[in-house]
Amino acid sequence: MPEPHGSEPRLVIRGGTVIDANGERRVDVAVVDGRIQALEEGLAVPAGATVLDAGGCIVAPGLVDLHAHLREPGQEEAETIETGTRAAALGGYTAVVAMPNTNPPLDSADAVRNVFELAYTATAEVAVAGAITVGREGKHLAPMAELAALGVRLFTDDGAGVQSAGLMRRALEYARGLGVTLAQHCEDGSLACDGAMHEGAWSSRLGIPGMPALAEEVMVARDIALSRATGARVHFLHLSTGPSIELVRQAKALGLPVTAEAAPHHFSLTDACAADYDPVFKVNPPLRPPADVEAVKAGLADGTIDAIATDHAPHAPEFKDLPFDMAPPGMLGLETALGLAITELDLSLPRILALMSWQPAAIAGLDPGNGGGQGGPVDIGAEANLCVIDPTATWTVDPMALASRSRNSPYGGRTLSGRVRHTVFRGEPVVIDGEATR
Amino acid sequence: MNRFPHHLLAIDDLGSEGIGEVLRVADSFVEVGHRANPKVPALRGRTVATLFFEDSTRTRVSFETAAKRLSADVLSFAAGSSSLKKGESLRDTVETIEAMGIDAIIIRHSSSGAPARVARWVTSSSVINAGDGWHEHPTQALLDLYTVRQALGGGDEGVHRFKSLQVIIVGDIRHSRVARSQIAAYAALGAEVTLVAPPTLLPPSLDGWPIVAVSHDIERELPSADVVSLLRLQSERGSGEFVPSLREYTAGFGLTGRRAAMLKPETLILHPGPMVRGVEIASEVADLPAAHITGQVSNGVAVRMAVLFLMLGQGQVEGGPDA
Repeated sequence: MPEPHGSEPRLVIRGGTVIDANGERRVDVAVVDGRIQALEEGLAVPAGATVLDAGGCIVAPGLVDLHAHLREPGQEEAETIETGTRAAALGGYTAVVAMPNTNPPLDSADAVRNVFELAYTATAEVAVAGAITVGREGKHLAPMAELAALGVRLFTDDGAGVQSAGLMRRALEYARGLGVTLAQHCEDGSLACDGAMHEGAWSSRLGIPGMPALAEEVMVARDIALSRATGARVHFLHLSTGPSIELVRQAKALGLPVTAEAAPHHFSLTDACAADYDPVFKVNPPLRPPADVEAVKAGLADGTIDAIATDHAPHAPEFKDLPFDMAPPGMLGLETALGLAITELDLSLPRILALMSWQPAAIAGLDPGNGGGQGGPVDIGAEANLCVIDPTATWTVDPMALASRSRNSPYGGRTLSGRVRHTVFRGEPVVIDGEATR
Repeated sequence: MNRFPHHLLAIDDLGSEGIGEVLRVADSFVEVGHRANPKVPALRGRTVATLFFEDSTRTRVSFETAAKRLSADVLSFAAGSSSLKKGESLRDTVETIEAMGIDAIIIRHSSSGAPARVARWVTSSSVINAGDGWHEHPTQALLDLYTVRQALGGGDEGVHRFKSLQVIIVGDIRHSRVARSQIAAYAALGAEVTLVAPPTLLPPSLDGWPIVAVSHDIERELPSADVVSLLRLQSERGSGEFVPSLREYTAGFGLTGRRAAMLKPETLILHPGPMVRGVEIASEVADLPAAHITGQVSNGVAVRMAVLFLMLGQGQVEGGPDA
């Protein structure tokens, strides 16, 4: 069998419909040396090239997750960069933003370089969100310029919000000078106290300490005011309440440089899920009542929310075998996000892809406009980061069958529409027919 | 005829029929308690474990006495002495204990829902909630009902008198597992429950609660009350976060002698204990004949015997309460 040489494609994605920010067209995609070489209907396949069948499927820019806890370094029993990016690839992602609440936290150049090194052989691009403050302790600014020089574009103390308004103001002023974005986990500690679920009818009945919606809303309002005062960009992580989303809607109407994301569990689960005290449903911000779920959906539909982000938060099983209030918050998300979006949202696939690919890519600074190769468009010469989605395939979630090292998916037994058939990362097919290739 | 639930995690597991049955069976065990040898062979060969992650000598001893009077073997685990201190998970602890051949696990835990989790993990043992976080303490509420029913005349007739009974529950309802169980239990028997507390000591939401009213004015509620149930105010709640001080709480919500004089003569005063005299109840009121401190031993043992017997003994072992 002759080896394909030089400029001949090594990979052809055949029979699909390409959807990207520029629209929809029926073309095959040829890839060589990690880049898209040709886009035509009925492309010839050279001998020896890999063919990915995309019949009946959508070929889209790879998904980009703004919010993943990959747990390495420090909690490798829960997830590693290898297992986390394998889960990402299976979920259609070709890039994830790794959150800084590792051990040690990603608040220094050494820590960030270490993650980049560990990610060298990963099956998705790993961007780093640096910490805003040293040790994520909310006291002293982390060396943001040094991290920005390594390519860090997003900063957050996620897991916690920056509690001090004064410090957040300084951080925003400093970030503006660097051209980076601060992302806030909005949770006012004095209101959240030790809340373990949404404060409301269910928490009251179950006797679980509640975390009021106010804890989120007060900080969203504060940070909008700070964004207005400083002119600095703020990205709101995992918005979960109607009033929070309304505040962002108003801020955008004023032209403030704010963006927002929402997590799939906040549009697919409610606080009633805690009724059996199963900590697999414990997450932060907590699951909310149906009215908030509807507000998240409305925010996604009208563009107030710019991105769907997983907040993928693996925990080893022994930590979820605890009483509800003692278990750590967080749930898996990378392998179920797309299916949930297609199943639960009344949005067209192009809209869903905007929320899961090119819009988050731009927020993370990973798009071609910022010198990156994520989020499309699917053009000749572009880096071949693609996912092939069968939008009508249905599948049932089995937490034991997920690629993540942890099992804390709240969706066990749930049937979802829309499945990732293939994922191509920098020209390499890392998922073929729903199976990870490595 | 075993319609009694396999686990007792919350009062709702029983329903009004189950509650009535516990009270009826408890009658015969009160009688057993008066005998020279207060023991029956009803649960001979059965093993009951108490698993207390929170100190509560009274409740633990009450359950263990109940089990022993039914001739069950009793294993006692306290968190301080168990391997939990060494980092063993609750699940591993429970699975280890169940592997010893336990018929019922009686659990007290500071986390709401811990007994519900345990009930999911066990394969065949019954789980009895002896108090979990702020959630429920069902046997304490059953004991309260038993005490009220006794005062109302006892027997089935006593149960019927709960209908339209005016019950006020006063104090820290927000953090009280006893209150959640009491409310469910009184409501199940048709009583009309009014909660009396400052807003900071009420749960954030009362949506769906089977109550008729909420009041912030105890003096308005006292004259029409048939039962006044007082909850303990833990001193840390009165340190400025929920109420400014214990003194201010007492001034607003304590059952003082002056307020007790507003009650109808037949009104019952209940306190689950331990009482803080001078805070939620004045000392002279606590000593009135109308005051029933339901944490006391005798009825508590009989009610817990009834629960254990109905759960483990029915139709399976010879020697029921009448044996």
